[in-house]
Order: sequence, then structure tokens, then C-alpha cells
Amino acid sequence: MHDVNKSTGPVSTGPDVASGRGRALPISVKSLTKTYGAFNALNNVSIDIRSGEFMTLLGPSGSGKTTLLMVLAGFVRPDSGSVLFGDDEVLLLPPHKRDIGMVFQNYALFPHMTVAENLAYPLKLRSIGKSERQDRVNRALDLVQLGGLGDRGIDALSGGQRQRVALARAVIFEPRILLMDEPLSALDKNLREQMQFEVRALHDRLGITTVYVTHDQREALTMSDRIAVINDGQIQQVDPPQRLYERPKTFFVASFIGETYRLPVDVTNGTASLFGQPIKTGGPLESTALQQALILRPEMLQIADGGPGPDENQMTGTLRQTVFQGDSIVSYISIHGDHEIAVRSQHRSNQTLPVPGSQVRLSWLIQDTVILPEDDQT
Amino acid sequence: MWNKPATDTQVTHLQRLWLYILCTLVLLFLVMPTLLVIPMSFSDSRYLSFPPESWSLRWYRAYFSSAEWLQATAVSFKVAFLTMILATTTGTLASYGLHTTRARLGKYMMVLLTMPMIIPVILLAVGIFLTFAPVGLNSTIGGLVLAHTVLAIPLVMITVTAGLKNFDINQEMVARSMGASRPWAFLTVTLPQIRNSVLSGALLAFIISLDEVVIALLIAGGDKATLTRRMFLALRDEIDPTIAAISTLLIVFSIVMLALSQFLQSKK
Repeated sequence: MHDVNKSTGPVSTGPDVASGRGRALPISVKSLTKTYGAFNALNNVSIDIRSGEFMTLLGPSGSGKTTLLMVLAGFVRPDSGSVLFGDDEVLLLPPHKRDIGMVFQNYALFPHMTVAENLAYPLKLRSIGKSERQDRVNRALDLVQLGGLGDRGIDALSGGQRQRVALARAVIFEPRILLMDEPLSALDKNLREQMQFEVRALHDRLGITTVYVTHDQREALTMSDRIAVINDGQIQQVDPPQRLYERPKTFFVASFIGETYRLPVDVTNGTASLFGQPIKTGGPLESTALQQALILRPEMLQIADGGPGPDENQMTGTLRQTVFQGDSIVSYISIHGDHEIAVRSQHRSNQTLPVPGSQVRLSWLIQDTVILPEDDQT
Repeated sequence: MWNKPATDTQVTHLQRLWLYILCTLVLLFLVMPTLLVIPMSFSDSRYLSFPPESWSLRWYRAYFSSAEWLQATAVSFKVAFLTMILATTTGTLASYGLHTTRARLGKYMMVLLTMPMIIPVILLAVGIFLTFAPVGLNSTIGGLVLAHTVLAIPLVMITVTAGLKNFDINQEMVARSMGASRPWAFLTVTLPQIRNSVLSGALLAFIISLDEVVIALLIAGGDKATLTRRMFLALRDEIDPTIAAISTLLIVFSIVMLALSQFLQSKK
């Protein structure tokens, strides 16, 4: 009735779930465009994902990140562009011939099958014999710490267990690529954080190329090798988490990841000045028609005792309020009248806090000085 | 309890008495015409009369010993069975297609396919007669099945669409990502989970075909006459209590089928 064997292409029937290493494939996406009516879901998107890499697509809802994932999976056909798995163009391949594992937000487990039957589903499609099937199901269950639960119904599982079954089912047939669409967002906070480590550990063990979609920046920063920030159907920046955080390339990236405050700066002849006072930067700046802004994060600023050090910038402001948060203290400071920024400092027990209303000096490192043109959209 | 509110705001049963009476009357009004037939079928009289003066099973004997009636019954059940198969298959596929499509045309297709429910059956019957005449489908089992399928598809689509609304289509996508072709994913993942909706749609299709008379009057003649058609004509020509006996049997059969359909739907 179904000739999946003929149609699934090169499917390995190797015995070991944990031996995916070496089978991972790089993904190369070029100039993808997809419109729904007047809406640009993907606008000329290109991205290269390395073999075995954990790549996160991060963006707000409606940004196009899920559309991109669905194009990779084969459920959405783009208007134009190209998607390579390794050297193979897969754009015209239907999903079942792409050899991908998928995990959805709501798990999408088959409720009319037991846990073991769920896991065996992709193996049956590959005509793997019963004894080997059982073997691999058991090993996959062990892999996600669900050993012995194979006979359970899906209804009898907790949220975290369901998530693990979904994960195991997505990798049991040793796909070349693993795609995940907000897989942890239905879990509560503690479980979510635990699963972040488990998903990452599973990825490391299997060495499988993984594309992970989320709108949760903390999740993205925690799990990824690299993060692609997407907004309005366009990729804003692709970088490792730390670089993305420290060196945002666009205003959107700066404001979407972490807590940011911005102060308007004037850029003339490659140098910036903040309310008339020059500030040092890592290199010359480009002048743009758009208003430029200094991007500040609360933990990068320090309340200084004296003048600026050689590698520092400094500004002065009026302390409005300090908030004690246990491990840290947040001071809200107004700069040049109505611009408010926050400074986060470590809590020390013998610390005396400045009195609200007093003048304070704030210093930050030149290397932390990021100046970006403001988008009109933000 | 009868006239003593348990709380300040509770409406007592006595205050609601008029509502109970009204509801009972409405329910009686709904079922009486159907139920009247049952005592009439056990009458000993040569004519349809109510209430019967004496009781007998003679009209049931008359039915089971008449070759004509039995042949009509066979035609009806054959047509109903084939209609059920055809309408359930096409209706389920149509519901699935319209449920998963993103095309804007889908909305209009749904209206088009459920149209036979809104159009007066007599118009449909005339249209079908005129369409069938040149291709010789009138007075054939095939023609009756096609005509009844038109009537039954909307019912199948309504129940199956309701079933699909409770189904998470991501499951099918996951199955496809794991290597199942789309038809196979539908058969192994989707269909088992909307099974009860499909079955209850099938039962409805069967009943619709079995009970249908207007189309059958126009297009089912000769030895392809259905039970309902023969009953209608018998009612016109000779007032014969056999009809009451057949009606009673049909009522019992339909109620069992409907109850089964409701049961299947309520299970999921």
C-alpha cells in the first residue's frame, strides 16, 4: 500500500541511535522569498547552517521564523530561492523524502498509539524488522530517560515526558536534520530550563544538525551555537550568542535581546557625541540619515567614583531611585533631563547607596560602546 | 423543594412548572405523528385507523409475504449501502481537503458542497431527472446512488469537519516528516482519530438514502422502485395498513442507527 521504502531515499538502518555523528548535513538557504498575499513572510532570506550545528531562529511572532522552518521541512513551498541539504537541492522534495526529524510545540504525539508504537512509527516506515525495532525503541527510551515506559498510553504521560517521547521519536530513525518548532514553550519554567539542557545534551550526543525556533531570547542564548535573529521576514544577524549580545548589528537585535536603553547621539566625521560631549568608540562611525543611538545595558554601566579611565567613557546623571533586588541593585538614573537609563550593580553587604537626587557619574568600557542607527520601525 | 427556594435567588420548580408543561407539549408534538403509526400497524382493520379496534400481526405478515415489498426493500437497502460508501468516501476526502487547504476557494467549495441541504429537494429532483434522462441513469441503481450521494455528502462533511476540528494536524505533519507519504499519514494517523466522526457520517448517509422519497419518486421506476417510493404510491392508491407496519420497522431501524451515530460522536 505504501511504498515508503522506495521513496524515502537513502535511509540508514544502522542499529545505533546514538551513532548519528558523521551523518549530519549542512543546510544552505539562498534568497528564499515567500509571500502570503501582501504579507512578506520571508524576504530574501539566506543563511548557512553548518553540519552538526545547533542553530536557533529567534524572532517575535509573525517574524517568519516558523515559515522558514516549514520551508526547511517541506511543508511550505517558497515563491523563490533555494534550499540545499549538503549538496542536494531539496526544494521540490516532499517532506517525507527529506529525512528530517521534527518536534512541535504541542508534541504532536499520536494519541491512538502507545509510547513504543509512537517511536516505532518511523521505523516501520523503513521496514525495519520487529526485533531490531524493539531494540531501537528501547534504546531511544533510555536515551531520553523513559526506559520501561514503552507500554504507556500518551494520556498517561506528563508534559515533560511527552516532550521527551517527541524528541526520541524525532531522532530514532537517525534523520540528517532535526527541526524544532518552539518545543519547550508549553512546559512550565523549571521544566523548560531543565529540558533546554537535555535537548542540548541530546544534540551534542547525536551531533545532528539542529534548527530550533523560539521567541524566547534566554532559551536561544542558553542553547545555541549560533542564533539567527529574524524580524519582518528578514534575517537581522547570525552570530554566536555572546557576540550577538555584545555586538548587535541592528537596532532590532539590540532591543530584542537583553535589556537595553538608548540615548540619542550625534555622529559627525566618524565620531559620536552624547549631549555635546564626545564619546570614544572602537572605530570610526558611519554617518546615516537616521538618528543614531548609544545602546546601553544595565550591567555594562558602573557608578564611578572618579574620572574616566583610559578605556572608559563617562557621563553624568541624576539618581532617581534605587531598587534592591537581592543579588543586585538597580539604579534608575536620568540623563540630560528626560532620558532614563538603569544601572545594575552587584550587591555587597557593606555598600552605601547614593541618595536619590544626587549627581552620579556613570562609566562604561569603550569596547562596550555600541552605536546604531535607530530603525523607524522600533 | 417543590416551592421552597434553597437560596434567595433560586427559581423553584413550581415557578418553573409552566416551562415543564410547555416542554412536554413540544416534545409530544414532535414525536406523536411518528408514534401514532406504531399502534396502527398492529391493527386488525383493513384500513388505516386510529385507535385500532382489534390487534393482529397480519400487516407484518402481508409485508413479509409480498415479493413486491421485499424487492423494494432490497433496492432501498442496496442503494442506501452504496450511497453510504460513496458519500462517506467523497465527503471525508472533501472535508479533509477543505480543512487543510489554505486556498481562498475552500470557503466557496464548502458552500457549494453543502448546497443540497438548502435547496428544496423537489428542485434537486427535477434537476437530477433532467440531467439523468439523456445519459439513461433514471430508473437505475447507479442513478439513485448518485442522486442520494449528493444529498448525503453535506451530512458526512459536517460530521467529519467537526471531527477534524478536534484533530491536531501537526500529528500528520510529524508523520510525514518521519517518512510517511501524505495518503499513508492520513490513513495511519488522521483517520484512526476521526474514525467516529466518519462512521457517524456514514450512518447518517445511510439513513438519508433509506428515508429519501422525493428524488426516488421522480427517478426510481419499475423494478428499481425504492421502499419509500412504493409506500408513497401505496398510500395514494390504497389505504393499506401494510405501510404502517413497514413504517414501524423503518422507525425502529432509523432510531437504532441514529442512536448509534450519536453514541459514536459522543465517544470523541
